[in-house]
Amino acid sequence: MDNSYLEIEKNPSAVDLNEVPVIEYESFYTKVRDLLRNGSNHCLSYFGFERDNDLIFICLIADDSSGKVRAFSFSVGREISSVKSLTTECPAMHIFEREIHENLGIGFDGHPWLKPVRYPFNRKNRDKVMDNYPFYKIESEELHEVGVGPIHAGVIEPGHFRFICNGEKVLHLEIHLGYQHRGIETLLSGDLSPLQRCILSESIAGDTSVGHSIAHVQAIESLSGIVPDEKLQIERSMALELERIAVHIGDMAALCGDVAYQLGQAVCEALRTTIINSTQNWCGNRFGKGLVRPGGTNYPLNDSLLASILKTLDDTGRKYAEITARIFSVPSVLARFEDIGTVTAAQASAIGAVGMAARTCGIPRDIRRSHPFQYFRKYGINPVTTGSGDVLARARLRELEVAESIKTIKDLAEIWGHQTGSSGRPVYTEKLKPEMLAVSLVEGWRGEICHSVITDSRGKIINYKVKDPSFHNWMALALAVRNQEISDFPVCNKSFNLSYCGNDL
Amino acid sequence: MIIQANRMLKELRILKHQGRQYIKDLRRQPVSELFRGRPVISSDISRDEIVSACGICPSGAISNTDGSIDLGKCVFCRECEFLLKGRIRFLNDYRIAANKREDLVIMPGDDKPLRLDESAIRKDIRKLFRNSLKLRQVSAGGDNSGEMELNASGNVNFDFGRYGVEFVASPRHADGIVITGPVTGNMAEALEICYKAVPEPSVIILVGTDAISGGMFSSSPALDRTFIDTHAPDLYVPGNPAHPLTFINGVMDLLGLR
Repeated sequence: MDNSYLEIEKNPSAVDLNEVPVIEYESFYTKVRDLLRNGSNHCLSYFGFERDNDLIFICLIADDSSGKVRAFSFSVGREISSVKSLTTECPAMHIFEREIHENLGIGFDGHPWLKPVRYPFNRKNRDKVMDNYPFYKIESEELHEVGVGPIHAGVIEPGHFRFICNGEKVLHLEIHLGYQHRGIETLLSGDLSPLQRCILSESIAGDTSVGHSIAHVQAIESLSGIVPDEKLQIERSMALELERIAVHIGDMAALCGDVAYQLGQAVCEALRTTIINSTQNWCGNRFGKGLVRPGGTNYPLNDSLLASILKTLDDTGRKYAEITARIFSVPSVLARFEDIGTVTAAQASAIGAVGMAARTCGIPRDIRRSHPFQYFRKYGINPVTTGSGDVLARARLRELEVAESIKTIKDLAEIWGHQTGSSGRPVYTEKLKPEMLAVSLVEGWRGEICHSVITDSRGKIINYKVKDPSFHNWMALALAVRNQEISDFPVCNKSFNLSYCGNDL
Repeated sequence: MIIQANRMLKELRILKHQGRQYIKDLRRQPVSELFRGRPVISSDISRDEIVSACGICPSGAISNTDGSIDLGKCVFCRECEFLLKGRIRFLNDYRIAANKREDLVIMPGDDKPLRLDESAIRKDIRKLFRNSLKLRQVSAGGDNSGEMELNASGNVNFDFGRYGVEFVASPRHADGIVITGPVTGNMAEALEICYKAVPEPSVIILVGTDAISGGMFSSSPALDRTFIDTHAPDLYVPGNPAHPLTFINGVMDLLGLR
């Protein structure tokens, strides 16, 4: 038994913080590097926090083959200003080390790209401001730069994209985010009521309200020893799949819009409406806000509602199959999807891509399968993959996953009908266990969401770390557009549809 | 030729299967009973009930003194209704936009539809934009649900473009700006620059509770709401996120469309 880490067996879990061994950085470095060399391991989250004048770091490595999570920890005193960077050997760690550097000031020697992540209000170095972001430059008479944003042409969130181009061809794209920073982790770590936290979690990324709120209540439930009824677990799993279906269909509309296939756009927009209106019929909100609460729900599913959801899914599923068959046979669409914005499996694996960005490169990474939560513990999911890593693969995944999710909801509905329990009422009076580390994972429609929560000796939350899948996957977009025509950027961007606010927090 | 005709037939068949998608009457489109719109507070709500509603309200929308609900702060979670079992009720009335900030405050006993104060609408707005209003959207910390609803207002169902109201790609093509999100410090400058690029008389519309008051983020040190505090918005559209019909009806009222 290796006693350099704590093995977390279940998702979600709350473990005694004092049982996570604090090891020397040298040893941490070697262990984490060796683990990450194995493709079935990847880093879920890596963050630091201040305690008793020391900086404590927690690194969570998921093992997709065993379904376990290894928690590593080290601490450094105030006198230490930097440690050796893992990024040179494990590129996927680049973003975590950048975030830690920005938040806490600790340096990472040898990091090739130690740039700001989001310019949080409480960043260590206040001299670093949005206006002097250190963009990568290439000196040449033949190259030019194109800056886009922060405000974009469409109705979307802000972010800045800086391209270095040779004529129409993109040599390099640098993505500079942070405009959406609302200080959500600081708020979640502060003195809030359980309801306030729950509502904030729905706004981490409003297009993933269900995914993030499930991740949040799982963390809270594991910290307070609440076990949700199986019926409630099924309902949450169904809501999560409804969210996946709605966003995928909406993205298909947007992809068609970007390549000027208007029929595909209009039809998919109308089909998405049917799904989000079903969610509204369930809980009064088209994005599922208000549905997920700790310990129970204000909107328990009932037979007539379920019947109407299933009817909509049948009808929409059939129409979606009809339009996607058409979309993928229109030559003008295929010409803009095929071999555009390709990310290879090797690249995806190196940058630690998760969720859709991994599965479209043939990597079957899916938390529902590897670290099952809610009712996915009993209902096994087979991750859908497409292998070509291009815009076409990402569009196809949105066709295949919708069909798979409709099937999942139908199966779950069947099982739900045989449940005798009750989904229960929300619990807002929970008392959190002291000195704990809670780790909660959810496979949202974009991919893996990880919430890590630490409580102090009185059971008060002192550190709330949110990781949205976009945090890993923005780099995939930057790689995808290399050597592409700059005019293909919009469709590449849309094909990933990453979260700005999920990254900026 | 034959292949092309065959393709066209397939597309026509898809259109037929879709049927009519657009909403005929955007003023009276029914929505789910559960949709959380305009609240009604019992006129005889007791002191104790007000105190407990204030206690649970996550965004400080309920006044501790008179029990009113400020829709500019409300995140529409309905928890006060669940707690007080019907002493407060959220109706599915989605027409909750207003052009005066104070009109978003619903007093106990109030049960009349929210309408704009016509006398407070700037004269130029109806004169210039009645038949065409082009808007620039600025998300300043919005969580993307509000942005998606604004996009939806132009989709095949809501089709707000039928009235000449559309989102455009540049502030220089726009008659006004639509702001979502609590306004982050990191977006404050970009918002100001965008607004200045819109020609006079630039319309300002705040969409969503986050934009109107900061919502759940109002106490966050990461915000900079100077812009909101120093400008006079022409329209407030509450919601979390604001429903497309709330936005559409609000703008129709602003423009004086029937």
